[in-house]
Amino acid sequence: MNKLLKQHVICPEVCIRCYTCEMTCPIGAIEHDDNNVVVNADICNFCMECIPVCPTGSIDEWRVVQEPYSLEAQYEWMELPEQEKFADSAEAEDKNLVDPEIEALLLEAQIGAGGKVTPPKSASKPVIALYGMETPAQVVVQGNYCLTDDPDHDVRHIIFNVGDTPIPVLEGQTIGVVPPGTDPNGKPHNARLYSVSNPRDGERPGYNNISLTVKRDEKGVCSNYLCDLNQGDVVNIIGPFGSTFLMPDDPAAHLLMICTGTGSAPMRAFTMRRQRAVVGASGGMTLFFGARSAGSLPYFGPLAKVPQSLLNQHLVYSRDETQPKQYVQDRLLDNIEAVANLLINPATYIYICGLRDMEAGVEIAMTKIASESGKNWKDLRDQMRTDGRYHVETY
Amino acid sequence: MTILDVNYDSLIPNNVGLSQDRKVLKALEKWHPGYISWWNDLIPKEFQESMVYLRTAVSVDPKGWTKFDYVKMPEYRWGILLAPQKEERTIPCGEHFGEPAWQEVPGEYRNMLKRMIVIQGDTEPGSVEQQRFLGLTAPSLYDMRNLFQVNVEEGRHLWAMVYLLQKYFGKDGREEADDMLVRSSGSEEAPRMLGAFNEETPDWLSFFMFTYFTDRDGKMQLESLAQSGFDPLSRTCRFMITEEAHHMFVGETGVGRTIQATIEAMNAHGITDPYDINKVRDLGVIDLPTIQKKLNLHYSLSLDLFGQEVSTNAANAFNSGIKGRFMEQRIDDDHRLASDTYIVRTIKDSKVVAEEVPALTAINMRLRDDYVRDASGGVGRWNRMIAKAGVEFEMRLPDEAFHRQIGVFSEVNADTEGNLISLESWEQQKKNWLPTKGDGDYIQSLMKPCVKPGEYASWIAPPRMGIDNKPGDFEYVKLHMA
Repeated sequence: MNKLLKQHVICPEVCIRCYTCEMTCPIGAIEHDDNNVVVNADICNFCMECIPVCPTGSIDEWRVVQEPYSLEAQYEWMELPEQEKFADSAEAEDKNLVDPEIEALLLEAQIGAGGKVTPPKSASKPVIALYGMETPAQVVVQGNYCLTDDPDHDVRHIIFNVGDTPIPVLEGQTIGVVPPGTDPNGKPHNARLYSVSNPRDGERPGYNNISLTVKRDEKGVCSNYLCDLNQGDVVNIIGPFGSTFLMPDDPAAHLLMICTGTGSAPMRAFTMRRQRAVVGASGGMTLFFGARSAGSLPYFGPLAKVPQSLLNQHLVYSRDETQPKQYVQDRLLDNIEAVANLLINPATYIYICGLRDMEAGVEIAMTKIASESGKNWKDLRDQMRTDGRYHVETY
Repeated sequence: MTILDVNYDSLIPNNVGLSQDRKVLKALEKWHPGYISWWNDLIPKEFQESMVYLRTAVSVDPKGWTKFDYVKMPEYRWGILLAPQKEERTIPCGEHFGEPAWQEVPGEYRNMLKRMIVIQGDTEPGSVEQQRFLGLTAPSLYDMRNLFQVNVEEGRHLWAMVYLLQKYFGKDGREEADDMLVRSSGSEEAPRMLGAFNEETPDWLSFFMFTYFTDRDGKMQLESLAQSGFDPLSRTCRFMITEEAHHMFVGETGVGRTIQATIEAMNAHGITDPYDINKVRDLGVIDLPTIQKKLNLHYSLSLDLFGQEVSTNAANAFNSGIKGRFMEQRIDDDHRLASDTYIVRTIKDSKVVAEEVPALTAINMRLRDDYVRDASGGVGRWNRMIAKAGVEFEMRLPDEAFHRQIGVFSEVNADTEGNLISLESWEQQKKNWLPTKGDGDYIQSLMKPCVKPGEYASWIAPPRMGIDNKPGDFEYVKLHMA
């Protein structure tokens, strides 16, 4: 079977033929006749400039195809064709392009949510799997900074310059990094997934860069590769992946974020997005962040600069000599009343990210906290998850 | 806040270096209080105080003009934004074809240019005035938000034209800018300049028809002005077009959703005859024949906006490079039209005949023909919805001779097919073609506000998709409850 392609299409039933996309497209990939506005698959480079300007949302449509629809075919459309089903793929969604192994990794990471996860209602629509193993995007290392002051915990903040390559990532999405070389069996390495730690408009607004938070694992092929990168090195990345662990765009939403270690990456992205996007009052954010000590807590310095009014911070240490040992679940229980109020608030969205070990403790704490307001945690959690308000990614 | 405290650089998002331009800044400082008081007097107070989920343009790149947030309308940041200057842009039409585009007003065309900007500018506040009371009967918070989005952007378009007048036309430019706030839609003494902008917008179906037909005309006019050899006008209009798209969206989907509610209700109650008007109206929806009548009215009014079919003014504007044709750069001809001809329908001996006239004088007609083609696209889509529901009915654009006040057809009476008929016959039949007082009363009886998030009036279907990826039950307006 030929390689599958992703094609940008426009829904003729929803489009009102205002031609704003056509005028916005910087490379002339969009044209129209009396019937339809259509995208030329040979020209479109997925730069996404046309997406925000469309007044209808009809522009945000994609099909996975073997053979792209021609302009002539698109001009004849009265409605969008169904996504074709391919013989070797069970599901005919965006997932078609997602490598089954990557899909498995994502599902594995989200297993702690306890069931089928839905994205927040007001989340932006993510772009998925623009770059696959056969067509990775090449990005250049712009910086590689050590975030911790603890030799046993080497956590890096790595910034990639993506140049002119469009890589539209949303906060909470992950990208895959493909380490060079082969495994002991002589096969190319699999990709490893990392949450981006920057908001959608870049590490710096308007700069085309993305950042990752990576902890060196002594035996980890990919983490050692990443942590040892130097400025100017070229890295192959794939993705973006993930369509549920996303933040609500609704400024009134309250984000309750619970994380440890590099699980702070998406929380950092969420916080920066809020700082940049929400001008007036917001629903607020609460962070429970666990580490061994201040020295091994990534982003300890920058966090101190985020005002408490935006982000209510609880930094929790398990090996701080000056304090009794505490884990995030302990701190959750210390704040039982405040957290209980958050749990019953329909504007609260919960995000849990970090080491799998934390899950059990957090579950126990949440069960206690929920019962404080007479609720059964499991029911509450399942309801929140169905509403798109409960998200877990652990590893 | 006194006017001295207004920091125009932060108050007015702009990419024209406003803070350095003392002259324009001074003129705007004088004009701005009048504008704010015009706005405050216009829109009912409870809406001025409400938080509306609006899109504000803060810059002209695609990401900069789609910033959504809750704002109170009087605090909306009306910006002055021009599309980026294209290097070495040349005049795209007329006798100066190929010469460098003017960055300053060419003296010989000063008055013509000013008049064109004034007419365009006058329509912008006109439509806000026409729609001022619609907020009170919004069929949902979603629709209310869309109305206010259209209103604030028409307000911004007025700013855009006022900026050009103040920047490039000196004292009389400033006077013209002031007059924009003096004239008022439907006024006896000082009406708006174009007829369609003095008509009432009594109900939401009229609003949707207006934003479908009249804003689509507005878009065509802007497209032609975007072809102007006067570069600041071209750049201003190019950016305005991008906002106009949302207004057309409101219109096309608004009419579509009205039709959808009707055919769904008919099907749910097993009504197959769309002309069984009383039965359909009993369901709290607007019957298709009445929707067709509204369409006839608004379409014919919008055709009048194109002016005389054969016009020396239009010829002069094209020939001097002040105003181009729709998509001028895509038209494959010499862009001068010195010897070309164009077919125009006209009346000769009480008959409609086709006549070949110099293309230069038929500029208006050509734009109108382009408009008719463009406008029929949405009608086709509405018909597909009706057909899909299995209802036997087709919406149609009436003939261009029908119900005209301007141009050759204003002299005669024609039915919707374009057959010329006697005045007597017209008087007898017009109730079948145009909304009657009874139709208006019925529609008015449905105009009851729905202000709970996710609630929609009986006569209109919820949207397929919300604004800014938000769901239909999002609280698009946080109403101020006094």
